[in-house]
Amino acid sequence: MSTTTTRDLARPAPAKPSKAGPRRGLRGSGTFNFWLFTGPFLIGLLIFVYVPIGWSIWLSFYEARFTVTPSTFVGLDNYRSMLGNDNFTGALGTFTVFAAIIVPTTWALSLGLALMVNRLRFMRAFFRSVFFLPTACSYVAASLIWKMSVFNGVRFGLANTVLGWFGVENIAWLDNPNPPWYWLVIVTARLWLQSGFYMILFLAALQNIPGELYEAAAIDGAKPGWQTFRHITLPQLRATSTAVILLLLIAAYQAFDEFFNLLSKTTWGRPPLVELYYTALGDNQDYGAGSAGAVILTLLIVVVTLFQGKIMGFGRGDESK
Amino acid sequence: MPALSNSNWDRRTVLRAAMGLAAAGGLAACGSNNGRGGGASGNALVQYFHAYGEAGTEQAIKKYAKAYKGANVTTQWITGSNFESKLFASLLTKEAPDLFEFHPQIQLIKSGQVADLSDIVEPVKDDFNQADIQSHTVDGKIYGVRMIDDPQFFFYRKSMLEKANVEVPQTLDELLEAAAKLTTDKVKGVYLGNTLQAVIRPMIWAAGADTLNDKNEPAYHTDAVVDGIRQMRKLFTSGDLLLGAPADYWDPAALTQGLTAIQFCGMWAMPVMQQALGDDLGIFPFPKVGDAGKPAVYNGGWSMFVNAKGDRVDEAKEYVKWLWIDNKEYQEDWALSYGFHIPPRTSIAESADKLKSGLPAEGVKLFNEFGHFDNIGWTQAMIKATEDVFADSVRKNGDPEAALDKCDKVVNAELKKLFG
Repeated sequence: MSTTTTRDLARPAPAKPSKAGPRRGLRGSGTFNFWLFTGPFLIGLLIFVYVPIGWSIWLSFYEARFTVTPSTFVGLDNYRSMLGNDNFTGALGTFTVFAAIIVPTTWALSLGLALMVNRLRFMRAFFRSVFFLPTACSYVAASLIWKMSVFNGVRFGLANTVLGWFGVENIAWLDNPNPPWYWLVIVTARLWLQSGFYMILFLAALQNIPGELYEAAAIDGAKPGWQTFRHITLPQLRATSTAVILLLLIAAYQAFDEFFNLLSKTTWGRPPLVELYYTALGDNQDYGAGSAGAVILTLLIVVVTLFQGKIMGFGRGDESK
Repeated sequence: MPALSNSNWDRRTVLRAAMGLAAAGGLAACGSNNGRGGGASGNALVQYFHAYGEAGTEQAIKKYAKAYKGANVTTQWITGSNFESKLFASLLTKEAPDLFEFHPQIQLIKSGQVADLSDIVEPVKDDFNQADIQSHTVDGKIYGVRMIDDPQFFFYRKSMLEKANVEVPQTLDELLEAAAKLTTDKVKGVYLGNTLQAVIRPMIWAAGADTLNDKNEPAYHTDAVVDGIRQMRKLFTSGDLLLGAPADYWDPAALTQGLTAIQFCGMWAMPVMQQALGDDLGIFPFPKVGDAGKPAVYNGGWSMFVNAKGDRVDEAKEYVKWLWIDNKEYQEDWALSYGFHIPPRTSIAESADKLKSGLPAEGVKLFNEFGHFDNIGWTQAMIKATEDVFADSVRKNGDPEAALDKCDKVVNAELKKLFG
């Protein structure tokens, strides 16, 4: 609050002439207003984000089984055990496979949808909404629908019914890991849920491309279709693409719900968060090791994000266009 | 004001929630439990129950709680398949339940998590199934009150076995053969649940091995068990095993809907199965594995425990005594009115007419003849380790020996922590 006073001193008489000024008595110091608006959020951020992060880092240096207020300092032991833990390093591998599949497919699908919707001459709003709608569905609900009606292993599951028309045997999509059909279930669920959202981002970017560029390209002899798309549209979408890929990568790192709900009692198909959940909250309740894993994961996300930004030029502003 | 952006956000959240609900339909009920009592339940004792599948069970538990005059008791009915992790996680927090149902596991006692209930059980100790007393006793103290015993075994459709000319399997080999003969394009031979975890212990026992021996050393790593796992792998890949059914093994649906001819399930599902299938229903224990084996039944069940770290231990104990020691009418209701369970109280079991004839009586016979009760030293971490064995070498094509070696490490580390 001391900042407020300073501000008042610096501007001695803003209170008086403000008859025509801001409404509802929110006159005066901009600093005060700043804190008034952001304060509640900052407090929330502090309590619900920064304190837990700090606590987690602190826990990662302690032997913390069945407690979150440990007293035995173990230094880097938790980090050593997590990095030597096949399950955790395996989970990082799982994530890599998952990201390698889900990021390009979602990128391509949402871009494709955006291009199609952008081309529509009528009912554009309708289709935009239809494709966006799945975003509103929760991952848990979608996983259950995928598991119990679309991809269940019996003859009346949707996928098996369709395959049955072509004489294909029933497939136990989720329970039999050879071949790993469970990836199909997981990837399709996530595609269905998130493509609509990124489609909206691409749509906005597409509508921002000046029409003159296309006209100029046409005059220069560029053929409509692939050539125009390749040399005009794609480069113009570069900033959005970079942002989308970044968001997709982070979302993939955070994947939890569908893996947790679709796969049970497995030793495979566990991304890092699921593995950490079982470490910290499962039968062992090992919060120290769990926190160490979380810190390792965070560092990885930071490194990958910076690296990706470097390559694709995210945040370089206009010049990246 | 922040309220402005807040209300925007709220509207969006509400919209999301509404659409999510619409999309999820009846499934929306899942996962909404935050592990906390209602806002007004500050003065009430909180108890945790996993969601029983049988109709009327939740109402029954709440009815008993309401009838208690000593205190308000609120019930958290925990849905989903991971009751134990929700329970374990909540026990660390201030919202921990005062009393909860679970299975006897020694880590809860070593960590001082559950209260000694000897004083309330001791006076009626002789009226309990002695195996249930033993499985809850550590160093002469009794830590839980058994509510129900649940034998688990195979159910089969007599008509289907007759039609396929198949005898009731006496060995695991015969079970595999039967599964092959019973499988048609519509019906699979056998259902063991989607993840197979329910048959792990029965298979170990049926192979003549055990989870732990009397000295609390691993006793499951034998050649017969390895052979058993190999046979299970054969069954898993044969195409005769039902996989990916919408309901898991504890739900009678797979059998009653005609998806399978034989299903591993528990006594609790018997009333629903009988209602759906009439006399077309038989039961048999997990058949013996190898020559030295013996048929096995897992006598599971649920017991009441009091949270020793709660601040209302005495009140919680009082409630447990009132309901699960003194109130035989409710105990009988709980064991026999919804699913079938075997009452751990001898006096109630003896007067239970519903279990005296027909298929229920056969179930009781299997329970007495082939039953294995919980070993209190066999903890959740060890159960998890054996589940990984099945995941790696039955559902995946891993080497059973290697998987069991890995399991040994986990189990030995856990044993060392518990027994030194």
